[in-house]
Amino acid sequence: MDRQMFEVMTKETLNSMTKRMQVYAPHIANKARPGQFIIFRVNEKGERIPLTVADTDKDTGAVTIIFQEVGKSTKELGELEIGETVLDFVGPLGKPSELDRIGRAAVVGGGLGCAIAFPQAKYLFNSGTQVDIIAGFRTKDLVILEDDMKAVSQNFYMCTDDGTYGTKGLVTDVLRGLIESGEKYDKVLVVGPLPMMKFVSLLTKEFGISTIVSMNTIMIDGTGMCGGCRLTVGGETKFACVDGPEFDGHLVDFDEAIRRSGMYKDIEGEKNAQHVCRLEKM
Amino acid sequence: MPNMSKTKVPMPVQEPDVRNRNFSEVALGYTEDMAVEEAERCINCKHKPCVAGCPVNVAIPEFIALVHERKFEEAYYKILETNALPAVCGRVCPQESQCEQVCVRGKLGEPVGIGHLERFVADWYMKNVHKLIKPAAPNGHKAAVVGSGPAGLICAADLAKLGYDVTVFEAFHATGGVLVYGIPEFRLPKNIVNHEIDNLRELGVKLKTNMIIGRAFTIDELFEQGYEAVFIGTGAGLPSFMNIPGENFNAVYSANEYLTRVNLMRSYDETYDTPIMKSRAVAVIGGGNVAMDAARCAKRLGAETVYIVYRRSEVEMPARIEEVHHAKEEGIIFKTLTNPVRITGNERGYVNGMECVEMELGEPDASGRRRPVEKKGSEFMMDVDTVIVAIGTSPNPLIRTTTPGLETNKYGGLVVEDTTNMTSRKGVFAGGDAVTGAATVILAMGAGKKAAKAMDEYIRGVIPADS
Repeated sequence: MDRQMFEVMTKETLNSMTKRMQVYAPHIANKARPGQFIIFRVNEKGERIPLTVADTDKDTGAVTIIFQEVGKSTKELGELEIGETVLDFVGPLGKPSELDRIGRAAVVGGGLGCAIAFPQAKYLFNSGTQVDIIAGFRTKDLVILEDDMKAVSQNFYMCTDDGTYGTKGLVTDVLRGLIESGEKYDKVLVVGPLPMMKFVSLLTKEFGISTIVSMNTIMIDGTGMCGGCRLTVGGETKFACVDGPEFDGHLVDFDEAIRRSGMYKDIEGEKNAQHVCRLEKM
Repeated sequence: MPNMSKTKVPMPVQEPDVRNRNFSEVALGYTEDMAVEEAERCINCKHKPCVAGCPVNVAIPEFIALVHERKFEEAYYKILETNALPAVCGRVCPQESQCEQVCVRGKLGEPVGIGHLERFVADWYMKNVHKLIKPAAPNGHKAAVVGSGPAGLICAADLAKLGYDVTVFEAFHATGGVLVYGIPEFRLPKNIVNHEIDNLRELGVKLKTNMIIGRAFTIDELFEQGYEAVFIGTGAGLPSFMNIPGENFNAVYSANEYLTRVNLMRSYDETYDTPIMKSRAVAVIGGGNVAMDAARCAKRLGAETVYIVYRRSEVEMPARIEEVHHAKEEGIIFKTLTNPVRITGNERGYVNGMECVEMELGEPDASGRRRPVEKKGSEFMMDVDTVIVAIGTSPNPLIRTTTPGLETNKYGGLVVEDTTNMTSRKGVFAGGDAVTGAATVILAMGAGKKAAKAMDEYIRGVIPADS
């Protein structure tokens, strides 16, 4: 089947605000490894937005992305139908995760972060690592990838903030419980909202467990050119796009990263208000 | 009889108080009559020092003579023989330190306005002639160019003219490199850049955007795909910071980021989605052309006060005199002999000031310029809400870290052989800022041109592959 470059091959709704898409980009599918990301742009006036690669299929040339429709650009991406094309789709960017030779790992995903944690867990699981996954969501309706994650872990722990599914509580509560009950991990991988990664890192630091976090920052080019993605790691300035996106969670200055992530909140609020859904135009 | 006026025919420009509120081009270009009048100032001297002063050796007296005869189309073809981007060069080349610096007329008055005339010829052609350029007969060989900035574009054009099947790979979604992300619309309109790139397409050059060489394909894989030589023109994309406290507060930008948001992503236009800070008072740190561009963009975006903060004096500024002059006219305030010490922020993490210290000039340093030294106790606060760091860039590491056997210098620049621009890898050539670190558009073009010639010789076997 002849496909156009960056054609939307499949599209499914994972929950009320999250979609999964396969985009045709064989040169990226061939090369992308867990931890790497792409940047997309939907139309001529659109922003360049980074998204972590959730999966790839070398045979079909598909690159899977999972995204929350929270901003104007992700909403526009979500509105593309199968057969339509994404205007720009570039990658793979960033350094791949370093996932080899880990005996036992705890993979912690928070909300959409599970979309990134999943390929890492899959890679670890398939390369012989013992994998425990802790997945946390705000509420039951937002749960995604449960079966996928179960399939690539020895133990799977689900929790929700409001207790509507799995254990009531935060991923940090679950992880602390496991560690205190004697579970030993060589490595903890955390992907999720910045505050969650911050508190998981604080917890694992207490127990001296090496921890990797994935920093999804504001960026433009993704190749080291703009420096907009910079963050402080161990007192040094690093660029998430080329030095990361994964860093030692015990060294990241999360408070600064949280401030920087909100840099354009006011302006984006205005832009979001301008967005008219195609459905509303009909 | 030549026109013996000691001054150039003045270039019409938008009034400063008008232009500092819009992104339209500042310099408006010569009319035909102005161009002919200026062309008459060339005395067609015997030694033609201007040609040697041009990094791509444009046949300057010849094209000027054609302008004089009102043969504007022929004049264009004359320039095009050695320069595929005349409309760009006519606008952004530092002619005052190249062709015009050595112009004989400059010994007694102003040199001939070579840049103004080049621009006129290119613009005239764009407006009046709509001919398709015929691609050269294919020679059956393939070459790849990485990066679509000035070095890569010229390299691609010259190879295409020799019949090569040339593909240019660009990481961004748009072609042109620094010509589209760095140099602002008001100095170099993007439709001009796009037009010149369209000419390259007509020459048969293939341009692939969204392609990260080093990640999607390595240099080695390009050879596996049948490209017989590769040119690396990836520029000096990595911004430097000052490493002073507060540099990661919100609204501290690298000039690269600020200019990319404004120029490539068009954040000055409300209909585009990419946001940019709405600044009240901006400090731009640095004294080069990039600093001037960033300051003038900030002013146009509505900042009430824009400072250039530079640690040496104005004499040492690396920016073109014309750019400094334009910036001052537009109301940019120059704080020279001033060095930032730290940036302060509010409780939400946004910039609310910058502490600086006054400097004075001491003994000359390694660069030959007098070294600025701090005046003790002269610290003061600047009231700014945005800081743009324009103190330079270094070569992008993506290619060198993914290509085994590429030799680099301590600044990260690719090491090339002087006469061929070949790197330490056979068949891999490089030029422009990726080699030299941040320099000018025309020097990059000169390097691209030199590499194209050597690539042709390499592929044809004139340069032995085992040399």
